[in-house]
Amino acid sequence: MRWGAVAGVLALFSVAPATAEQIGDAARGARLFGLQCAPCHSVGPGAANRTGPVLNGLFGRRAASVGDYDYSKSMRRMGADGLTWTYETLDAYIANPKALVSGTRMSYRGMAEPTARAALLAYLRDWSDRPRDIPEAEPTARATAPHLPPDVLAIEGDREFGAYLAAECATCHQRDGSDQGVPSITQWAPSDFVAAMHAYKQKLRPHPVMQMMAARLSSEEIAALAAYFATVR
Amino acid sequence: MKINRRTFVGAAAVSGALLSAPAVLGQTRPRVVVIGGGAGGATAARYLARDSEGALEVTLVEASPVYTSCFFSNLYLGGVRSFESLQHGYGRIGDGVRVVHDMATGVDPVARVVTLAGGASLPYERLVLSPGIDFREGSVPGWSLAAAGIMPHAYKAGPQTQLLKAMVEAMPQGGVFAMVAPPNPYRCPPGPYERVSMIANLLRQSNPTAKILIFDPKEKYSKQALFEEGWGLHYDGMIDWIGPEFGGGDVAVRPDTMEVVVEGAAQKVDVCNVIPAQTAGRIAALAGVTDDSGWAPVHPGDMRSRADENIFVLGDSAAQGDMPKSGFSANSQAKVAAMAIRGALTGSRVFPARYANTCWSLIAPDDGVKVGASYEPTPEKIASVHSFISATGEDAALRKATFEESLGWYAGITADMFG
Repeated sequence: MRWGAVAGVLALFSVAPATAEQIGDAARGARLFGLQCAPCHSVGPGAANRTGPVLNGLFGRRAASVGDYDYSKSMRRMGADGLTWTYETLDAYIANPKALVSGTRMSYRGMAEPTARAALLAYLRDWSDRPRDIPEAEPTARATAPHLPPDVLAIEGDREFGAYLAAECATCHQRDGSDQGVPSITQWAPSDFVAAMHAYKQKLRPHPVMQMMAARLSSEEIAALAAYFATVR
Repeated sequence: MKINRRTFVGAAAVSGALLSAPAVLGQTRPRVVVIGGGAGGATAARYLARDSEGALEVTLVEASPVYTSCFFSNLYLGGVRSFESLQHGYGRIGDGVRVVHDMATGVDPVARVVTLAGGASLPYERLVLSPGIDFREGSVPGWSLAAAGIMPHAYKAGPQTQLLKAMVEAMPQGGVFAMVAPPNPYRCPPGPYERVSMIANLLRQSNPTAKILIFDPKEKYSKQALFEEGWGLHYDGMIDWIGPEFGGGDVAVRPDTMEVVVEGAAQKVDVCNVIPAQTAGRIAALAGVTDDSGWAPVHPGDMRSRADENIFVLGDSAAQGDMPKSGFSANSQAKVAAMAIRGALTGSRVFPARYANTCWSLIAPDDGVKVGASYEPTPEKIASVHSFISATGEDAALRKATFEESLGWYAGITADMFG
């Protein structure tokens, strides 16, 4: 699978700007929703699952928890691992869906502009049962998508080093791409791999084994692994 | 930006200096002999052969033609996995590994030759020992290997595991299963407690009034809070843990009468699983690399024996520091050792060592938990740097996902070991 969209990954690097009282312009969010989300999702009175799951009551809800919706295996795994939709996780997901949930079926390449995401989330919050989970004012530190300075993305991975480091991954992740119980990590676009690993390193993705493995990987080592796994047959 | 290569050149120079024996010159390829075809040895042999691309002559010595994994053998005892699913042959390990099914009976570290029970001799430039565990004679008074047919240890997977399961299945209604748990350090720290969980799962269905007693010399044990919670939830009242405060540290057995003697008081039981105190696999002592502890001290950076620079010791047999004795640990250590050996013998790049472990345990069907850590070498030992453990009170979906993840891990590690 290739979800390339370097533009989407780059969107992760921008930091959400300070907003005043509200998290965003909900009226603008409604327009954005109509244009970009409504083809697949519905929200508000009478909303139901369509191509995507219903978005009423989204905030505070566990990922993949709408009972009668058929989620991707990847999204179900993230839900089981503990991913819950908060302002921070939604912001990261909308910025680049595949960076947070690798195998999501949502074929949306991401919303780069932070104020647009804030507007969209302000609109969705209006239909949430638990608006208290939304900060009314700009928090002092908002953990959004993985913080990746451009020089981190520009690192050219040392494939031979990656091959050594990858031996550690192969204890669980099979090189032939099997994905029973443990997801496949072969044949990823390097930019996706780098974004995903930094999301674990920064504890945006919830899985404890992966957080531990990523915690000690330097940016060079992540790039090396990305270079290696991109080319495993 | 590239990796800082000076780091690696430095590491290579250090290992080159420490390993006084240079790569062997001449017509023959450098020879590496690996003893023990489990998580450490099979992985090391496979990685050495694959990554050296024919530059090394790799021989794997393993007595058994079929490997039965100790990891997941408790799931067989619990009726949630077949015995056959634990078994793996060596047919796909790769053309670069010569597999010799024989028992290593001696090592001459000066001549650098391994002798086999079948009479053959195997010269080596580097020797990898990954022989697992052996049992410490006399650690449970009254028990010896000769009694293992009556009171099985089932701590080396195979016929012993099948025997223990048959005994549990033949228990009378309301009978008593006793486990004598081992002192630290031993193979698979959560193993005894996963085992009683799985036996309780089996008995819950066929023999719900049976009792399980664990006699334990340890004050506390791996994942204790998780097991205690799970036992209350799934097997309420069936399992009693008797720690040292209540005599768990003063236990003898009488195989002839099927009795456990706790602080001098004999108690009749129906099945008795004795897991004795452990030492490094015997060949490690024969090679002269163990110390008074019975284990083989190794250098934390590459798993090289502290007693012999040409011998590496992996897995359960090694005394390395903080890593638990587990298949995952052995597999992780094997990759570091393989890299170091290849670097010394072929001049390939040597990278800084890193190690990891995760132990999954199954408390009941679909109720999986895990504990793990990552490790790095310090001058003294392999030291834990990050760790995690499942929490009590986790919801059923997460526990099921953890179990499914463990199935993925089993498929992954066995593919990594055997191809």
